[in-house]
Amino acid sequence: MTSEHKEADGIEELLPWHAAGTLSRRDAERVEAALKRDPELARRFEMVRDELGATIQLNETLGAPSARAMTDLFARIDAEPKRAPRALGLGARVASFFDGLTPRTMAYASAAAVLAIVLQAGVIGVMVSKYGSGGYETASAPTTAPGVGAFTIIRFAPQATMDDITKFMEMNKFNVVAGPTAGGLYKVRVGDASLAAGDLNALVKKLQSDKVVGFVAPTR
Amino acid sequence: MQTSSDEVLISRIANGDRLAMQVLFARHHVRVYRFVLRLVRNEATAEDLISEVFLDVWRQAAKFEGRSAVSTWMLSIARFKALSALRRKPEYELDEETAEAIEDHSDDPEVTLAKKDKGALLREALSALSAEHREVIDLVYYHEKSVEEVARIVDIPEATVKTRMFYARKKLSELLKERGIDRGWP
Repeated sequence: MTSEHKEADGIEELLPWHAAGTLSRRDAERVEAALKRDPELARRFEMVRDELGATIQLNETLGAPSARAMTDLFARIDAEPKRAPRALGLGARVASFFDGLTPRTMAYASAAAVLAIVLQAGVIGVMVSKYGSGGYETASAPTTAPGVGAFTIIRFAPQATMDDITKFMEMNKFNVVAGPTAGGLYKVRVGDASLAAGDLNALVKKLQSDKVVGFVAPTR
Repeated sequence: MQTSSDEVLISRIANGDRLAMQVLFARHHVRVYRFVLRLVRNEATAEDLISEVFLDVWRQAAKFEGRSAVSTWMLSIARFKALSALRRKPEYELDEETAEAIEDHSDDPEVTLAKKDKGALLREALSALSAEHREVIDLVYYHEKSVEEVARIVDIPEATVKTRMFYARKKLSELLKERGIDRGWP
């Protein structure tokens, strides 16, 4: 077995997810490259696409539940004890922020983002240097858990979905400790206090290339 | 932005917002129902179970931490409910032998192939898979779940998800071969 075929074996396992469009961009690019150079793999990918189509068709013929399911559910919900309102968590506040934008607002926001991205680097740079010694604090939201650790300020890319952001935070084991500010900045704990300044700068450089991140800078 | 909208709905549901619950139900109940139905293979049971699933969502919304998409969380609950129902009443689940008995095997594969198109045979083979294999195939192809999300729903390691999907597809090839279609793989 050649090394190319060995690699193709690993790639072949990913074909179902590639067909469904649920691979990461990196993996999707690897699969696309392999499909271009390996006709047998491309033939098997067509097989996977047939399976995908048949599975969707099969599930779509299963019909839908009757109204009984909903009636039954809400009768049971109405029988539940009333609950006291609770404060929204940070994640929900972020989601509410995105959710509250109308499509037109989103369109304006996208156009404005081109200009803003040029301006924000300068503005935030000044802000970081001005407040750098005392640590970054948000203007509109109180710091919920200042604690200790290594911190960055992050603005997420306008095109990043909530799902992208959640995955990004989980994968890197980051915590949002404050924000968002009116400008959409978050203070994010990216490590413990033992993280050296050089390592933090290296991490920030790495994060700058992540598609989820619009802007990132170290802070204290 | 459906994912973020789902999270907002869950926050509202945690506060007792009945309308938010209706929106979430309208958005997801058909897919949850189909996922459960493919596992239990009984429409009345599947309907009962989706009420159970969404009642759990209502009760547990405040505990949802956003570690996964809301749809992934709901499918995890649905799977748990379906498996519990199967354990209580195993007759809901048709074993492979029974499932195959339902299919029309009176013709030899060549005649069967002539009667049905490839898509129909593929769907027939998909229906004849074991519950474990149907589940992983549905989650990947129909519910559009990533390796990580399938691992979370089925509660198995990510490497096992890939292996299970591979063997499900391999079994599918065998079932197609029995029906006169040789895919030349594996």
